Amino acid sequence: MKKNLFRGRLVRLIAGDPGILAENYVRWGRNTEFTRHLFREPAVLWSAKKYKDWIEQDIEKDNPDEFFFDICTLDNERPIGFIGLFNLLWNHGDAMVSIGIGDPENWGRGYGTDAMLLILRYAFQELNIQRVTLGVFDYNKRAIRSYEKAGFKLEGRVRQAIQRDGAREDVLYMGVLREEWEAENELHNPGSLEYATEESGKG
Amino acid sequence: MENNLFTGKLVRLAITDPQTMAKAANRWARDSEYWRLMAADPAFPHSVKSTKEWIEKEWMSESSQAYSFAIFTLADNCLIGDIGLEGVQWNHGDCFVGISIGERENWGKGYGTDAMRLILRYAFTELNLHRVTLNVFEYNPRAIRSYEKAGYSHEGCSREFLNRDGRRYDLVYMGILRAEWEQQQASES
Amino acid sequence: MMIEVQLFESEKIRLAPIDHEKDAEVESIWTFDAEYLRLLSLEPARALCPAQIKKKYEKIEKEAEESKSLFYFTIRTRPEDRLIGFARLYGVEWANGVASIQLGIGDHQDHRRGYGLDVLRLLLRYAFAELNLYRLAAIIPAYNQPALGLFEKAGFVEEVRRRQAVNRDGQRWDLIHLGILRPEWAERNG
Repeated sequence: MKKNLFRGRLVRLIAGDPGILAENYVRWGRNTEFTRHLFREPAVLWSAKKYKDWIEQDIEKDNPDEFFFDICTLDNERPIGFIGLFNLLWNHGDAMVSIGIGDPENWGRGYGTDAMLLILRYAFQELNIQRVTLGVFDYNKRAIRSYEKAGFKLEGRVRQAIQRDGAREDVLYMGVLREEWEAENELHNPGSLEYATEESGKG
Repeated sequence: MENNLFTGKLVRLAITDPQTMAKAANRWARDSEYWRLMAADPAFPHSVKSTKEWIEKEWMSESSQAYSFAIFTLADNCLIGDIGLEGVQWNHGDCFVGISIGERENWGKGYGTDAMRLILRYAFTELNLHRVTLNVFEYNPRAIRSYEKAGYSHEGCSREFLNRDGRRYDLVYMGILRAEWEQQQASES
Repeated sequence: MMIEVQLFESEKIRLAPIDHEKDAEVESIWTFDAEYLRLLSLEPARALCPAQIKKKYEKIEKEAEESKSLFYFTIRTRPEDRLIGFARLYGVEWANGVASIQLGIGDHQDHRRGYGLDVLRLLLRYAFAELNLYRLAAIIPAYNQPALGLFEKAGFVEEVRRRQAVNRDGQRWDLIHLGILRPEWAERNG
């Protein structure tokens, strides 16, 4: 039995405190570059209270078909983002994944890729599903590169599905199958499917 | 694709309105032997009203952890029992199956076996589970034989779990794996 | 302008609201047919009684009213007004001008009679010329050849193929996303 599912090389997955999370979301939500890379819905501004209520409602619901985590760096308690599996079709073994890292200073540092590795491991070796799907906007080049590195393959484009700043953009769909992910990981990162222990903190 | 998930040789799996289901369940429960073969809870003649509430809240809850059906005969469209999968543990691909045939005169006619065949196909080709578990009481040899014929293996028991009529009886655990079921299907066709 | 051309009627069928008195009984019978359920939905096939369907209808009307992102229709034959199926535009994103579309016809006897194409044509016009959306999507498993054929005939093209995303009857199937853009629809309609 492997050790810690929730600890990677750079980040950990935790369940965050609603109050702290709400503050984070307020700050991240002000940055429309962040929200427009992540959300299809029009950018809006929510109060900390609204975020907190929404987070607490989610915790209440305890949806057995959704698994959301907050992302923390290894040396810090403050969440830097979130990652989660949803739209889980258990009978088909497919789920969607969504990730967001809030502050621009945390972009491009490998945190997202590390978190994605953890969530895929969780999906394939704890939830035992067969594939994971994601949608990403054509203009989110950084994310697309990161997902390719994580093993996702392009499966198509939903054409002109988003309209922003007067232009229409495609939404790319990418997917990774369990067999191919496990094979890739053994090939390029032998031993990466072994888990970090609490002491070493290394993969 | 084989789409005849709900229709067998003698019975079909379907659903009916809570009131009809509750009245039937209430009628069946008048026979305490029926109850004591099927349930560990103390035998009790629950009212139609409270049975109906339970059916609406639990039995028809449409949760992702439970899939319940009423059993109707094909010949004369009679509601004769119920069967369902519950406690679905998706990450492990396991669930519990439970079945009951209400009236004594419908026992031993192959209805249960046919319904069980349908529910196993549902579990393995619609829910895509890895195994199905069941509990049966030591003092219900007819059911145990029927499950053995359906392909279930004995997996153990909770000794002296049941206490009825001044005696203790085991709660028997049986299970069937998808691979075993698939092999059985292949050899049958 | 085609203001005089009916939005909700073709020669053979009409799109109508739910009849809360009569429809649940009919739709319940469709759900006893596992083939219907498997063609329509990825959820595990589940038979529903009229009471459960009535509750569903209430939820649908509530959601349509509150979210304004759902347009649900029953499909009825003309002139008998017999319920044969349902159709919906859902997941409407107004800012992006997109929505998804789904339809289902319950009884085998009503298949292959051109009803599906009529419904799709009406819905496309409704989406593009009344709701002023820009694109529509449909998500269909690869084993549902009749639906794939129907949507392609109506002008949808394959956009995404989610490999082996569907698992039924011991086999894995791709899940296909189809799409149509308003300019494409406009061109087809002269």
